[in-house]
Amino acid sequence: MLEPFVLRALLAAVGVGLVAAPLGCLVVWRRMSYFGATIAHAGLLGVAMGLALEIDLTLGIIIVALAIGGVLFGLGRQRLVPTDTLLGILSHAALAAGIVAASKLAGQRLDLMGYLFGDILAVGNVDLLWVLIGGGLVLVTVGVWWRTFVAIAVHEELAAAEGFKVVRAEAVLVVLLALTIAIAMKIVGVLLIIAFLVMPAAAARPFAATPETMVAMAGLVGALAGAAGIAISSWADIPAGPAIVLVLSAASLSVIMWRALGRSGG
Amino acid sequence: MRMPTRGGVGQPAGDWERHGGGASAPVVACSHQGGDGGHHRHAHDDDHSHHHQHVPHVRAPGAVVLIEAKGLCLTREGRLTLDNVDVEIAAGEIVTLIGPNGAGKTSLVRLMLGLEPADRGTISRRPGLVVGYVPQRFDRDAAIPMTVERFIRLGANVDQSVVARALDEVGAGGLARRQLVALSGGELQRVVLARALVRDPALLVLDEPARGVDHLGEADLYALIGRLRDERGLGVLLVSHDLHVVMAQSDRVLCINRHICCHGVPETVAQHPEYVRLFGDAARAFAVYHHDHDHEHDLAGRPVAPTHDGGAGNGEHA
Repeated sequence: MLEPFVLRALLAAVGVGLVAAPLGCLVVWRRMSYFGATIAHAGLLGVAMGLALEIDLTLGIIIVALAIGGVLFGLGRQRLVPTDTLLGILSHAALAAGIVAASKLAGQRLDLMGYLFGDILAVGNVDLLWVLIGGGLVLVTVGVWWRTFVAIAVHEELAAAEGFKVVRAEAVLVVLLALTIAIAMKIVGVLLIIAFLVMPAAAARPFAATPETMVAMAGLVGALAGAAGIAISSWADIPAGPAIVLVLSAASLSVIMWRALGRSGG
Repeated sequence: MRMPTRGGVGQPAGDWERHGGGASAPVVACSHQGGDGGHHRHAHDDDHSHHHQHVPHVRAPGAVVLIEAKGLCLTREGRLTLDNVDVEIAAGEIVTLIGPNGAGKTSLVRLMLGLEPADRGTISRRPGLVVGYVPQRFDRDAAIPMTVERFIRLGANVDQSVVARALDEVGAGGLARRQLVALSGGELQRVVLARALVRDPALLVLDEPARGVDHLGEADLYALIGRLRDERGLGVLLVSHDLHVVMAQSDRVLCINRHICCHGVPETVAQHPEYVRLFGDAARAFAVYHHDHDHEHDLAGRPVAPTHDGGAGNGEHA
C-alpha cells in the first residue's frame, strides 16, 4: 500500500522524533535552543564542504557542526560579550557562509531549498541508515550520561560538588546535539531543525512530573507529529518537513495557551 | 575548568598546633609560606601586629580528619580574597565559618568542595570522602519537572524507602511526590539537606542554610544539624553571617575576614577582640539562643513531640 519512499520518510520522521526527545528536553532545560540553532545553521556549510571534498554529506555536516560546537564551547567561558550575542554572531555568520558556499555550488548538485527546509520524501536508504545507527548511538550515549545531564540541569554547582563530571558532560552534550542535528537535517532542513527539538519538549512539559516522563512524552509527540505531518503532506501535497513542524507547533502552542488560560482563569 | 578537582589524597596529619604558625603578610601578595612559625603580621593593621590566637580545641583526641586545607590563597579580580587560610574538619565536629559579607566565606567553601582551584595552598581529603552539600543559592526552574523524590535520587541512586527515611529525618516527611517548584523556602532547604544525606556523607557542607527560613525554623534547622552530627558522627562545615543561633551548635568557630582572624569554641571567639572589631554591636548582642517552646511543628504545621534531646555535643536546647 505505502510506496517505499513514503515508508522511508515515515521511518525517518518517527526515528528523528524519538532521538530528538531527550536532547530537546535538555535544550529546553538548559536554554540552549539558540545554541542548537547556531549549530544547525552551520549545517549548510557542512553540506557545501562535503560536496567540495566529495565526502558523505552527513559526515560533512557532522564535522562542521562539531567544529562550531567546539568554538561555542570554548567561547562559552568568555565574559566580554553576552552568550546570546555571541550566538547571534556565529549563527548568522555560519548561515551566510553556508549560503554563499552553497550558491557557488548551486546548479551543480546542490538543492539549496532542500537543505534549508528539508526534503523528507527524498530520504534514501543511506539517510535512513544514518538515522537508525547514528540515532541509536545518540540514544545510548544519552542513556549513559542521563543522570549527570539531569543533575547539571537542576543545579550545576551542586552536581559539581557531588562529583558529577560537569565539563565533560557539557562537551558530550554538544557532540550529541551536533550529531542529532546532522542526522535530522536531511529531513527537516537547517531552518526548521530546532522545532524538532524544542516543540515536542514544550508540548510534553505540562503533563510530566519527572524529567523522564517528559522525555517519554516528547518522544511520543515527536513520533506522532512526524507520522501525521507526512500523512498530511501526501494528502494535501505540501512539503513534508514544514507540515511536521506545523503539526508540532499546533500541539505545543495549544498546550501552552491552554495552560496559560487555565492559570489566569482559575 | 570547572571540573571538581580533588585535592591530593592521603591521610592528612592531625597536627593541630600547626594552625598557630603564620608568616609575614604583605597587603596584596599571598602570605602563603608554610608554617614556619614566624609572626603573622597584617599590614592593614597599622597600629599593631598580633599573633594568631591559640585556643584550646574541643575535639576528642584521635578523631578522624576528613578534610584539611593548608595555606589557601585566592585572588579574584586583583583582590586578595583568601589569604593563607587553614581549615581542618574532623568527623563528629561542627565547624562554623563566620565573617562579614565579602570576607571570603563562600570562596573558601567553593575551594574546599573542589569547585574551583586555589591560587596557592593544598586541600587534602580523606580518601573516598563523600561530601553532602547544601548550597547557598538554589534557583528552581519550572522548565524541569522534578518531584522531590527524583531530585533526592539524583544525589544517590537509592530506594524509595531510603528517600522516605531521609525526608522523615529532616522533618520533611510526606513531600516525596511534590514538585520541587511548589515547595516553600524552608521545605526546599530540608529537601536539599535530604539529598545530601542519602549520599551517606562523612562531611556535610552547608552554606548559609538559614537563608529564607524564619527564626524558629532556623533554630530547628541547627538543632537538626546538631542531631545529625550526634547520630551519624558527621563532620559539618557551616557557613553563616548570623551570630546567634549558629554558635550554640558549634564545636569550633572560625572567624574569617580574608584570613582567619580568630578561632576556637564559640564563647572564646565571641569575646575575641578581632571578632568584636569585625562585628561591633552585633557581637555584643551575642547570646546562645535558647528556644523555649515545648513542642515542634512539622512542615504541615501540626505540632509534634519534641525530638531533640540536647544529648551529646554542646547544643543547649531547651
